[in-house]
Amino acid sequence: MTASTATQPNRVDGAGRLTPANPVRFSFDGDTYHGLAGDTLASALLANDIHLVGRSFKYHRPRGILTAGPEEPNALVGIARGAARRQPNVRATVQEIHDGLDATSQNRWPSLTADVGEVNDWMSPVFAAGFYYKTFMWPKKAWDTVYEPIIRRAAGLGVAPDQPDPDRYAARYAHCDVLVCGGGAAGLSAALAAAESGASVIVCDERAAPGGALAFETDARIDGQDGHRWATETAAKLAAMDNVRVLPRTTAFGYYAQNFVALAERLTDHLDEPAPSMARERLWQVRAKRVVIATGAIERHMVFANNDRPGIMLASAARHYLNHYGVLIGRTVGVYTANDSAYAAAFDLKRAGADIAVIADIRDTVDPALLEEAGRLGIRVLTHHAVVAAGGKLRVSSIVVRPCRGGSRQVIPVDALIMSAGWTPSVHLFSQSRGKLRFDEDGRRFLPGEYAQDCASAGACNGAANLAATVEEGLAAGEAAAKAARPKATAKPLSIKAESGGSWDGLMLGAGPNPEAGKVVKAFVDFQNDVTEKDIRLAVREGFHSIEHVKRFTTNGMATDQGKLSNMHGLAIAAEALDRPIPEVGLTTFRAPYTPVTFGTIVGHGRGALFDPTRRTPMHESHERAGAVFEDVGQWKRPWYYPRAGEDMAAAVNRECVTVRKSVGMFDASTLGKIEVVGPDAAAFLHLIYTNPFMKLGVGRLRYGIMCREDGFIYDDGVVGRIAEDRFHVTTTTGGAPRVLNHMEDYLQTEFPEMKVWLTSTSEQWAVIALQGPKAAEVLAPFVGGLDLSKEALPFMSVAEGTFAGVPMRLFRMSFAGEDGFEINVPGDYGRAAWDALHDKVAEAGGCAYGTETMHVLRAEKGYIIVGQDTDGTVTPHDAGLSWAVGKAKDDFVGIRGLKRPDLAGGGRRQLVGLRSKDGSTVLDEGAQIVADPNQPPPMDMIGWVSSSYWSDNCGGPIAMALVEGGFDRMGETLYVPMPDGVVEVEVRDTNFWNPDAESDNG
Amino acid sequence: MLLIHCPYCEEARPEIEFRHAGEAHIARPADIASLTDEEFSRFFFYRDNPKGITFERWRHLHGCARFFNAARDTVTDKFLVTYPAGEAKPDLVEAANENAKGAT
Ligand SMILES: [Zn+2]
Repeated sequence: MTASTATQPNRVDGAGRLTPANPVRFSFDGDTYHGLAGDTLASALLANDIHLVGRSFKYHRPRGILTAGPEEPNALVGIARGAARRQPNVRATVQEIHDGLDATSQNRWPSLTADVGEVNDWMSPVFAAGFYYKTFMWPKKAWDTVYEPIIRRAAGLGVAPDQPDPDRYAARYAHCDVLVCGGGAAGLSAALAAAESGASVIVCDERAAPGGALAFETDARIDGQDGHRWATETAAKLAAMDNVRVLPRTTAFGYYAQNFVALAERLTDHLDEPAPSMARERLWQVRAKRVVIATGAIERHMVFANNDRPGIMLASAARHYLNHYGVLIGRTVGVYTANDSAYAAAFDLKRAGADIAVIADIRDTVDPALLEEAGRLGIRVLTHHAVVAAGGKLRVSSIVVRPCRGGSRQVIPVDALIMSAGWTPSVHLFSQSRGKLRFDEDGRRFLPGEYAQDCASAGACNGAANLAATVEEGLAAGEAAAKAARPKATAKPLSIKAESGGSWDGLMLGAGPNPEAGKVVKAFVDFQNDVTEKDIRLAVREGFHSIEHVKRFTTNGMATDQGKLSNMHGLAIAAEALDRPIPEVGLTTFRAPYTPVTFGTIVGHGRGALFDPTRRTPMHESHERAGAVFEDVGQWKRPWYYPRAGEDMAAAVNRECVTVRKSVGMFDASTLGKIEVVGPDAAAFLHLIYTNPFMKLGVGRLRYGIMCREDGFIYDDGVVGRIAEDRFHVTTTTGGAPRVLNHMEDYLQTEFPEMKVWLTSTSEQWAVIALQGPKAAEVLAPFVGGLDLSKEALPFMSVAEGTFAGVPMRLFRMSFAGEDGFEINVPGDYGRAAWDALHDKVAEAGGCAYGTETMHVLRAEKGYIIVGQDTDGTVTPHDAGLSWAVGKAKDDFVGIRGLKRPDLAGGGRRQLVGLRSKDGSTVLDEGAQIVADPNQPPPMDMIGWVSSSYWSDNCGGPIAMALVEGGFDRMGETLYVPMPDGVVEVEVRDTNFWNPDAESDNG
Repeated sequence: MLLIHCPYCEEARPEIEFRHAGEAHIARPADIASLTDEEFSRFFFYRDNPKGITFERWRHLHGCARFFNAARDTVTDKFLVTYPAGEAKPDLVEAANENAKGAT
């Protein structure tokens, strides 16, 4: 024995394929252990005779290692690599060990062997299926204070990391002729056949090494070689071909429409010290002309009392640990089976030195060859016998065996039990592809039936009876797929001879024979969610007759393993209880992901700064230098306000608001959406799109326009300038540009295709500076070329083309603040230079830059709406007080009919009004509800809500806009706004708060 | 992700380039202003929701930016045919035969 195996009591010299000279150190719950390179955490723990690895979800029962693969429901651990890399719920049967691997058991306190939550197990009568639904109904309050905290602590799996994930995740798209999902005997055969004919092939397998079941079926021979060696060499041969990509540690987890398959490739979790440049995982999104599904089959457990004790595992898993990892899971091993394949496991374990205490087989008759071999090896076989209970707690110590029809009990001491109820074909991907499953009555299993996509199943997932059939099906599927993808290619068909001593005959669905029925026992169907046979029977008794309902009531199959072991048992028990055939009870739908996928893999590069694009205006750096505080508006970063030394937000906004009205302010309006509408029918088109009339808008004039949907509700607004007879400059709201362009394109292309109009998005082409205030013209004048800024030459609501400091400019004389003002459009590249130059002059004149908050306050002082803030998709132009903008003489526009709907044209509409807080000081909460009678007992009649609300220094108090039922007829009425600190009394008024009496040509 | 054949670009492109635009073959009435409430509600609010073949509009937003129509099976998500906006509803039997021819 080498030094490294000296500490591994269950490692068998000469068994398995790992190299004793390659030791690996790892830790589990703080203790250091040794394993070998190539071990999974599960095989390494078993080598150290550790079976107890966790506590269960609901009852906190001690749990061990049940399987040797990705279907593992029990052995979930936390894996840490430093403080930030802590991943919970990692399957020990999948995680490969490496030097320094740090694993911790989960769901136990204070320790794995002494767990306080175990009280749930003794209390289990109250925790039966449906307990959560029935118990925590009342009182409501207890949810926050009692139920939820306790449930969260007691029931649950691992703990999520509390730091950002420091790893990178990659993503790749790929196209291929043939995608093969699964690298076992069937998958490799399919890949080989497809590749030899010249097709481009991707073959993926979820394990580290190819071969699937060949890893433990040591009696398999393919093409004259040991099966596992054939798999290894075939995978290497494929990988060396130019037209093939072999992806180990890669799970095909989702099968979507049109042969779009998602794969998760794990790149670094098995490495000691991955290079920092390496991505941890990679998402492949593969579009394949043909898909071959070669996903194998999963062995089922037997259902009997205490079948979850550590040391009890699937027969194939025990064989896998021995034949691949060289680990013998116990010294005195019992076998409980309904299936031939468990015999092969028993024989292998016996030959490796274990004592096989008994083989209990529920079948009456067993293949004489197996019985003969058992006899030769000195193994006692009890046919028509069942294991009815397991003894021991932290590890199985005995089994109770009885004849199936009842009779005397035998208690047989064991330190491990292996079991097999037969094999469930892995039809998950086929089902995800929307293929229809059919029930195979003879095999009592679901198999692929009618296909919905261009794919084929091969091997054990397709019900192949043995290895020879598996290889044959794989070759045929690969060849057919390649031919379909590349009809002109020619290749000579491959033929590979395969044979195996193993047989997969025999099966058992549902609970095992239990002559001791009636006792309080736990025979687990679903290990991960702690669902027992009794729970499923209870669900049926409670009236749940569809498997979808039984599943939700009991949570059978709803854990992260998605019932890979439990679904068929659960279904059979329900069918038996209902006394109906299995296909009538149905099978639950399989959904992606096949096995859990990290969020990192799904998100890939799209996080942090790359989560969503950030849009910055050309003037952004100037705003940064000026110390602007930014606000996110959609994807845009917009200056919110520009605080000066000592100013908080309120002080800065008050100063900016007053400055604009007293002298001048400038505002970056570049984010406005802009659309150039050009063509002989441009005016007629806008006439149809907007509620306003546009045919008579003169060249050089601007018009505020409202756009409705066909239902009559406001969709967007903006200012439209007529640049020439056939050319308009349209502006939209900041967030509205893409949908407005889409809306216009839709009408132009599909409803008014005869119109000669072209639409071009110019949002990024123009940088826009709004210059507002009494000194605006004076500040602007020195920069302007080719234009007269007098009000006679360039009146309010007009547009002209000229130059700004020599740069081409479209100048709008308009205001969103109710002042004299301009919107200066210059080509985007000149935006910053124009801003900086203008800013100097604005500062000289005693003005300042202002942000979106001031813009909002100033427009609210004038009662101008913001679409999306003062409208919510149910507000008409009339409701918003904008009836003047609806062309009365028009015989058509988008929304003309919608506005005539009785509920829109009738009374009682919510209408936009102004509100004044009677106390002169309270700024109402935006979104607050409005009531007419504050003393009405709840539920109160809510007659409206506050849409905009600000403090206005210019108006000397708070101002607000609100949508109120019949608001236009309520001028002067007192209404009430309940707020967290009390009810605020408000008076209804018009929305023009600023300078309402002055004669204004600027509004 | 679906693959969608744009009838203008004459190429199958991934779904992310496209935007769904509701049911097809619902023309805006020329005399919309004079519709009765019943007629308007039929035009604007009522939509088919078939299990099977649906006629729907798509826009190749991040491509040629044009609107087109498609016949798709809502059960299998398979497109039977796509065709330019404004064309009449196609003969689906003929379209299926065309598809079959294209596949071989
Ligand atoms: Zn296109």
